[in-house]
Amino acid sequence: MTWASALKAIAMAFAVIGFLSLAPGTPSALAQSTIDVPLEDLSEESRAKALFKILRCLVCQNQSIDDSNADLARDLRVLVRQRIAAGDSDDQTVGYIVDRYGDWVLLEPPFKQATLILWLGPLAILILAVGGIALRFRRRTVEAPVAPAPLNADESRRLAELLDDVDTKDGTS
Amino acid sequence: MIAEVGHFALVLALVLAIVQSTLPIIGAHRNIAPWIAVARPAAFGQFTFIAISFAALTYAFIVSDFSVATVARNSHSAKPLIYKISGVWGNHEGSMLLWIMILSLFGAAVALFGDNLPPRLRARVLSIQGMIGIGFLLFVLLTSNPFERLANPPIDGNGLNPLLQDFGLAVHPPFLYLGYVGFSMAFSFAIAALLEGRVDPAWARWVRPWTLAAWCFLTIGIALGSWWAYYELGWGGWWFWDPVENASFMPWLLGTALLHSAIVVEKRDTLKAWTILLAILTFSLSLLGTFIVRSGVLTSVHAFATDPERGVFILAFLAFTVGGSLTLFAWRGPSLKGGGLFAPISREGALVFNNLLLTTACATVLLGTLYPLFLDALTGEKVSVGPPFFNSTFVPLMVPLLVAVAIGPMMAWKRGDLAGAIGRMKFGFFAAAAVAFVTWYQTTDGPVLAVFGMAVGVWLVAGSVIEWAGRIKLFSLDPAASWRRLRGLPRAAHGMALAHIGVGLVVMGITGVQSWTVENARVMRPGETISIGKYDLTFKNAGTIQGPNYSALRGIFDVSIEGDHVTTMTPETRSYPTSTMTTTEAAIRPTIVGDLYAVIGEPDGKGGYATRFYVKPLVHWIWFGAFIMVVGGLISLSDRRHRVGAPARRAATKTLAEASA
Amino acid sequence: MRLGYAIPLVIFFALAVALYVGLGLKPRDIPSALIDKPVPTFDLAAVKGRDKGLATADLNTGEVSLVNVFASWCGPCRVEHPLWMDVQAAGNVPLHGINYKDDPDNAANWLERFGDPYTRTGADRNGRVGIDWGVYGVPETFVIDRQGRIRYKHVGVMTRDILDDRILPLVRQLQEQKQ
Repeated sequence: MTWASALKAIAMAFAVIGFLSLAPGTPSALAQSTIDVPLEDLSEESRAKALFKILRCLVCQNQSIDDSNADLARDLRVLVRQRIAAGDSDDQTVGYIVDRYGDWVLLEPPFKQATLILWLGPLAILILAVGGIALRFRRRTVEAPVAPAPLNADESRRLAELLDDVDTKDGTS
Repeated sequence: MIAEVGHFALVLALVLAIVQSTLPIIGAHRNIAPWIAVARPAAFGQFTFIAISFAALTYAFIVSDFSVATVARNSHSAKPLIYKISGVWGNHEGSMLLWIMILSLFGAAVALFGDNLPPRLRARVLSIQGMIGIGFLLFVLLTSNPFERLANPPIDGNGLNPLLQDFGLAVHPPFLYLGYVGFSMAFSFAIAALLEGRVDPAWARWVRPWTLAAWCFLTIGIALGSWWAYYELGWGGWWFWDPVENASFMPWLLGTALLHSAIVVEKRDTLKAWTILLAILTFSLSLLGTFIVRSGVLTSVHAFATDPERGVFILAFLAFTVGGSLTLFAWRGPSLKGGGLFAPISREGALVFNNLLLTTACATVLLGTLYPLFLDALTGEKVSVGPPFFNSTFVPLMVPLLVAVAIGPMMAWKRGDLAGAIGRMKFGFFAAAAVAFVTWYQTTDGPVLAVFGMAVGVWLVAGSVIEWAGRIKLFSLDPAASWRRLRGLPRAAHGMALAHIGVGLVVMGITGVQSWTVENARVMRPGETISIGKYDLTFKNAGTIQGPNYSALRGIFDVSIEGDHVTTMTPETRSYPTSTMTTTEAAIRPTIVGDLYAVIGEPDGKGGYATRFYVKPLVHWIWFGAFIMVVGGLISLSDRRHRVGAPARRAATKTLAEASA
Repeated sequence: MRLGYAIPLVIFFALAVALYVGLGLKPRDIPSALIDKPVPTFDLAAVKGRDKGLATADLNTGEVSLVNVFASWCGPCRVEHPLWMDVQAAGNVPLHGINYKDDPDNAANWLERFGDPYTRTGADRNGRVGIDWGVYGVPETFVIDRQGRIRYKHVGVMTRDILDDRILPLVRQLQEQKQ
């Protein structure tokens, strides 16, 4: 982060906090927190954003609560912000939601016994495939060609011309 | 009346499909010329009747004939005409009809343009197409009849889902289907080849244009879908690894592998069994995709109405078609002996490497997509596999592939000179390193991978340009000579260079938007100004406006850069009375270097509104790059060698000149 | 190597079997993470026009009970409503309702108009209590045992079959277990 952008961020933070504290009838933290608006504390809000991206919107079925418009997604965003504002750590906040909705609410499948095949699968497939190809290659080895006698000047010239022609005509596709 | 005509036309098409599937293939086996000749008119006839049927359904939608159940469920008299038409395929029954129409269209195209095919091969290919047609026609007639009538037609229809009334969304299914179904041609060619017991370079040359056409369409369809998601869904996401997105991406991955592997068959008469298998699997994935979307087996924002009964039918069809073709492959595959040998480091080797990574990537996506299902079936446990899994497995597989793409075309057949190829890439390497350095210097608050991503993109573009320039000897000869060489190059060479450049642009676009997107979200009140990137946005006011079938909260923002007014943006949140959902219409200002993206959300009750702003660098390069890829593909498609067809086989020894033609 | 050519077929066969089994499953149903756990801590005021609110203590009285999450804006809730009236009339198990994210007047009118099958109701205006119960849609129905633990959750509309074949037998079984 450059100094300029850091200063801008700090200035903005102060502006937001300052404005909110000066404005009459600033809603209390509790009332304000049922609305889907960012937290005042920027570091808390960025933690919240990071958590939004890993929690699944349960009624959309493949978006995170960060990406979704749905009511439940909105409620969960509000909830995550509340828990962070109340002092929970990231793990505690996520745990709070997983306690209620199960592992399914995490977009990234946890690495546990049930998901071993999932996480190790791609690498296993790659290794198997490479192995298969290597096996096939071994069965059909290419013999090293016998080096032909070197060309004389005339033959070299003819070869160059022919190669020129080949280059223009031979497409790869 | 019209609907009944449509229905009857489908039945006639089914009869023709049965004829098309039986007589020609038996005729080819037994060499009965009249039976072989049945294939062409049958294919034309089948297409004609299905087209009539599709026209009948379209008519019903246009005139809003709500006595037809499909129209009543999915249309509405207040819909604009273009969305009434697109509503024809915006539902399960109509989209299946579109599927079959495109299937028969490809069959008719082979019948029409396939003069360069040997008649027996063509007959077999058309018979296989006919068999696929039978399956789908039965599916439509038995379980998904679009022409069902309602005894008591409603006054008006039910189908006013606002999300579907959008140009991008309306137009992308036909392209997707042209792609999916187009791969059925490669499938039919593969089965025909297995039945004949012979795969030769001529086969590869015939298969290529059809596969390439399907690939172009599928690329367009996927790109359109992604672009639509970007401007319509929420906050500018463009890919969610949703099961239905994956269902379209997997055939694309294998289709790309198939395109490249067919080159090896054509040039070097090897990798035959593998190419046949790819052709079978690509279309199988298209069928699997159809199954996934329509059976309720996996859930997705995209899924049509979930109906296990339909699912059973499609699964049975899948089992028969894919199972049958893989059985045929297991039986006949071993007899497809390969020809040329090649060293691991060679162009063939590079293409094998390409296939290896694309296929593994496809398998990875398949694993991730179906894993929740497997686990549930085996243990009852539910997990969800979301973007984090795919991103961390797919991307590492793609990186080596992308690096190789630049070098591969520079390698010679049979035994390549890797050191030489890398040597030619000197300039490309420096270009990539320079871009990496500049990127790192300009924006130090992005992930390190971002620098690498930009470097890979530049490497790809530079590599393609270098290879192409090398062919026309751009800087070693005078411009006139280079121009002559350029004219003399087969179009496919230009197409390839362009397509690979397109890939490089896509990579850079993805890197840009994933690494350096800036977000600013807060509550704003009218009169306030917010800064993001180089922009300053002043919130003028917000109010409710009425649209044709919605009411919306609209915010007005003045955008300026360094004090100069640039534009005014008006994001909206729309509510539709016929549905409980609201849609966000983001305001987007696209430029070459990035988009400014503005969203207005809910009011906070105190005169302020939740707002979100993004600067998304290079995001449009993604779809522009895809467009360039398709242009490259189309240029390749226009190569005269595809139209003229394969040269006749000569018994005599091939001379250098002949082998290079 | 001949056997190698059959590998794709074998893999496909396994896949097809899995898909067939998958057709019988219901992927939208996320099992409750709260099965066998005590009912969450909550205390809700009654729906407008009703006098008995719903709190954790009311589900810990040593009786088996049913808790149904409903809303006036929810179509399927209207569809299953007659079943709940029957359950109330039969009087075998107390039925409580959590009114999820509803307008007080609308909820009151809904119960007036269609009938109130609930012994106690709780008005969850902002949905927070619903989140504590792991609710992600309406309607949902929970079976609570004598010890105040959640033993079963049904997602979506209740049907006669499910009520008779799963819910009520489970209720009877739990009622037979004393402590």
